[in-house]
Amino acid sequence: MSSEPILRLENLVKRFGQFNAVDGVNLDIEEGEFLTIVGPSGSGKSTLIRMLVGMEEVSDGAIWLRGKRIEQTPANQRPTCMVFQSLALFPHMTVGRNIEFPLKIKGQSPAARKTRALELLKLLRLPEHYYSRNVTQCSGGERQRIALARALAFDPDILFFDEPLSALDYRLRKTLEKELKDLHDRTGKTFVYITHSLEEAMVMSDRIAIMNSGQFVQIAVADDIYARPVSRFVAEFMGEVNLFDVEGTTTGELHGNGVEIHVNGRAEDFGVSLSPGEKGALMVRPEFVRFLSSGETSDFLVRGVLRAEYALGSRIQYKVETADGSSLTVENLREDKYLGAVGDSVILGWDIDSTHMIRE
Amino acid sequence: MERLDRKLGTASSLPLLTILLIAFIAPMIVVALFSVMPRKVFSLFNTPDFSAYAALLQQGYYRSLLWSLGMALASTVILFVVSWPLAYGMAKVFRKFTIVLTVAVVVSLFVSENIRLFGWVLTLMKGGLFEGHFRAWTGEGFESPLYGVPVIVFSLVYVYFPFMLFPLAQGIAMVPDDARQAAADLGASRWRILFEIDLPLAAPGIVVGSLLSFVLAAGALAESKILGGQTVIVIADEIETAFTYGQDWPLGSALSMVLIVIIAALAIYGITKVDLDAIMGKKGR
Repeated sequence: MSSEPILRLENLVKRFGQFNAVDGVNLDIEEGEFLTIVGPSGSGKSTLIRMLVGMEEVSDGAIWLRGKRIEQTPANQRPTCMVFQSLALFPHMTVGRNIEFPLKIKGQSPAARKTRALELLKLLRLPEHYYSRNVTQCSGGERQRIALARALAFDPDILFFDEPLSALDYRLRKTLEKELKDLHDRTGKTFVYITHSLEEAMVMSDRIAIMNSGQFVQIAVADDIYARPVSRFVAEFMGEVNLFDVEGTTTGELHGNGVEIHVNGRAEDFGVSLSPGEKGALMVRPEFVRFLSSGETSDFLVRGVLRAEYALGSRIQYKVETADGSSLTVENLREDKYLGAVGDSVILGWDIDSTHMIRE
Repeated sequence: MERLDRKLGTASSLPLLTILLIAFIAPMIVVALFSVMPRKVFSLFNTPDFSAYAALLQQGYYRSLLWSLGMALASTVILFVVSWPLAYGMAKVFRKFTIVLTVAVVVSLFVSENIRLFGWVLTLMKGGLFEGHFRAWTGEGFESPLYGVPVIVFSLVYVYFPFMLFPLAQGIAMVPDDARQAAADLGASRWRILFEIDLPLAAPGIVVGSLLSFVLAAGALAESKILGGQTVIVIADEIETAFTYGQDWPLGSALSMVLIVIIAALAIYGITKVDLDAIMGKKGR
């Protein structure tokens, strides 16, 4: 991480009237990295990526590509390239001509273009005879691969992706996510990917940047973001989570607002203590919460009534209602299925290792 | 059920289909038959010969045909070049202003073509709006541009402008923005995008607009008569003369047939080249 970043964003701003769609973003992207920018719709991630490829003017700030400022460079002169959400294949061209398009612009000979196009078809596991097929006759997954092949033919310094998988069905998306990660490993290119799907981000990325209201909230590796989110927003955005409002007390104990949590031991020993009066949210992911049998104990305990049970395939999700009416989510693997029935009074527990304190 | 629907559909379209056949196809057949009658007869009950076609070649009528086709081609090309930027603006840039332009262009169609052409005569003639004012202010006059080939082509461009503009705008509207952006992202310059993306993808609109303006201009009569002062005789003029003063229906028919065949061939060629469904709205399944 000591080498010069391939792309550096410096206080990047995009204003639409009074509204800052991108509001002072700083980021260093390393050579060869797979970075995913995740955010809900309207978080400014699309605007950000459009500025990075040159389709949107920059209101303020700087973009450095390998030490050269490029924010004023028009899109067609930047050595970067984007795979569109719509894929933006050229409908009047065959698969081959689509892939060859950037090579034709660069003035390569037809023979050289065709050789490269066939190589790329192979790299993306498309049959060779697709070369002369019309793009409108290809399926969603095939079109996806063609768009990728076309972008790779351009041989960009950085390849940007604007939610290209969002229109595909679940199974195909899962396959392509892995293929994309694989392709990243094989090509060694820098990939910058935007999506609103956290799962997509987790599967593929080296690092994830969470964006909200035009700013980065947290930039870290996937595990870190999942286990140690810096804010409630990140915690909730990264999937199902149980959050308990807590407040530090003078005795060093945590005082729960709402749900009554029984803490076995002193919170400060667990490294999640709050100073007196300080507010925070105690976080635990549903898969770390267990149903305790009588006599069993754990670092944190909560009593409640089992209200519902949902089969999620390999896992089962439970909703447990506590005395004050708030609800907790528990997820178990199928083999660890809770053996009681809905309506049971249950004791839930989890360990300190899987607990994280979000200070507010 | 579906088969019954289809039968009912066919049955209910029959009356109109019959009228269309009588109104469009029958006159064509009559013209085609008259074109192979001996000269100056008024009945179809004669031994067919090709004297009318021979006259067409020998008596220089082909010159009128060439003038018509040439001026139609010139006006179509000029129309395309002139309309493209405006059509592009209407399709992609102007937003609400597009409706203002549409209304402005359509309103010109509310006034008869002949009256508008006479308006141009008053504007362009010696002592007219332009030359008259210019002479009054400067004391120097200039020759009127009236009565020449350029002014005929100009008036063809003027009259058939909407027939190029609207199909073109429609065609350009069909070019997806993301395809243009993707092309730019992949390094294409504006000109490359125009030639590689815009023109091919707007082709249905270009073909429809060009066919309409070419076909109308090739058969146009008033422009050469009113503004051209008959400096050149166009084919439509010859056809009219043959049927009226000439009292030579076979010759008029032969001239018409040549024009019809050329235009039909062009139209069929153009239509097979592009996906017209795209611009005319998709056909039902």
